[in-house]
Amino acid sequence: MEAKTVIQLENLTKRYGRQAAVSNLNLEVKEGEIFGFLGPNGAGKTTTMLMILGLTEPTSGKVRVFDLNPTREGMKVKQMIGYLPENVGFYDDMDARGNLRYIARLNGIPDNISDGRIESLLNDMDLAKEADKKVGGYSKGMKQRLGIAEVLLKEPKIAFLDEPTIGLDPDGTNKMLDLIRSLSRERKMTIFFSSHLLDQVQRISDRVGIMIAGNLVAAGPLAELAERGLGLKEGESYTLEEIYMKYFKEA
Amino acid sequence: MNGVLTIYRKEMEDHFSSMRFLLITMLIFMVGVIIASLSGMSVRDELKGMAKPDFIFLLLFTSTGKLFSFVQFIGFFGPLIGIILGFDAINRERSGRTLSKLVAQPIYRDAIINGKFLAGVTMITILMVSLILIIAGLGIRLIGVVPGADEIWRLLIYLVLSILYISFWLGVAILFSVVFRSTATSALAALALWIGLSFFVGLGGSLLADAISPIKDTADIAEAQEAFIKNANVQRVASLISPATLYGDATSTILDPLRKTPRSFILMGPLERLSLSRFQNPLPLSQSIVIVMPFMVSLVSITFLFFAICYAVFMRQEIRST
Repeated sequence: MEAKTVIQLENLTKRYGRQAAVSNLNLEVKEGEIFGFLGPNGAGKTTTMLMILGLTEPTSGKVRVFDLNPTREGMKVKQMIGYLPENVGFYDDMDARGNLRYIARLNGIPDNISDGRIESLLNDMDLAKEADKKVGGYSKGMKQRLGIAEVLLKEPKIAFLDEPTIGLDPDGTNKMLDLIRSLSRERKMTIFFSSHLLDQVQRISDRVGIMIAGNLVAAGPLAELAERGLGLKEGESYTLEEIYMKYFKEA
Repeated sequence: MNGVLTIYRKEMEDHFSSMRFLLITMLIFMVGVIIASLSGMSVRDELKGMAKPDFIFLLLFTSTGKLFSFVQFIGFFGPLIGIILGFDAINRERSGRTLSKLVAQPIYRDAIINGKFLAGVTMITILMVSLILIIAGLGIRLIGVVPGADEIWRLLIYLVLSILYISFWLGVAILFSVVFRSTATSALAALALWIGLSFFVGLGGSLLADAISPIKDTADIAEAQEAFIKNANVQRVASLISPATLYGDATSTILDPLRKTPRSFILMGPLERLSLSRFQNPLPLSQSIVIVMPFMVSLVSITFLFFAICYAVFMRQEIRST
């Protein structure tokens, strides 16, 4: 059975003044897949995410999320999606439970339901021991995991993770990638994540999109991109880096 | 509604647990109580052996005693309460990188500023009500008079006016916290506006009056008089732009029923206090209210104006984490 399209972008463009941050972006994301959004810093990855979330209005073009317009029907869209901003911040003088509780209440989840969810998420994210400490004293990795917990709290259908591994040590990065993969496999969640680190994207993505200077230069399953970009046959080995450099030079 | 309530609750918790609010409360309470007891003692001494005048209870708030009166104190430092409660409302979330997360939740964006504004207004109300109650209790002990119904009404109207006025400054502070990214800048901008509106509007008003209708130096007395009155009128209208003037005039009218002019206590010199600008009999409460009403309406509308600007700016603002 063909998977449902959950995100659909048509000729999406965003200009700041005369400069185009994103131009003529066409993209579809299917339900349940992990989509890795790849590109150098400042390529327009975050801007694209913000437009899909309805937090930034596109200059032109169309965004549909579950067939809804995020700018007009923002409330419905925001109920179904979770967003982890790059370098997410927390209320440092509250503990992990306090932060999670606040997000739960903003989502209209009653306390008696969120109680259980918070405890199980703290366990899943390996934060249960530190749950009573103020978040101001958390390490970068703990904050990132708490951020993921906040996203999962509302049980979203799609999770948007902006640079989820930035600033993490190698061990933390591996754990984070495993976590993202298990979210997709176990919870059947669609995951849209951005990164500028090639090997990470390669490791967990079902499909990737390569964005350079506001243009989506390639999108599709890795094997397909390899065939198209490098002219490789099936079975030959490749790395995402080779593909990426190829497109990067062309752009 | 859920969003406003949740944010309101969190902001209230933040206010109550913040060192900043504790300090300003302690400061205001300490100074307020000291001033009121000084006023009370001087009123008691001055009136020893004399028949008690009308509205003696209100003197507790308006009599300057040895320093300045409670009403002068709140008129001057009240804005600071509003500014302290609101100057970093939005840009703190921005610099803490929590704003982009917050607006991604299923709440309307205006719920964020509404919740913060309402929480601030609640804190102002709690502060002012408890302060006035403490002073009233102190006054009953010091001068041994119980306030009459008329005085209680006047105090209530004073309370509403003060809450409105301080809320206006809260609105200004929140607006600046939306416009300026840095908390230091927004605090300074709010302080600058406070100083400007409190001290320099009078000066600007007289400059404007001299420019529009200068006082003539002619032999014709009638003409000179007319020019003088016109000048004074322009000056007055110009100074009414400032909420500080509106508040000062309104409070002095409502708390001192014997005054003929609605001019502020703050600007009043000792000579004027003794001069002939006082009624023989106090103005009835209903008449005081008639005078105060336009001031109150203006104060409300200026507050709403600032809040509307704040709202419009915030709704259009680009929310980015970087």
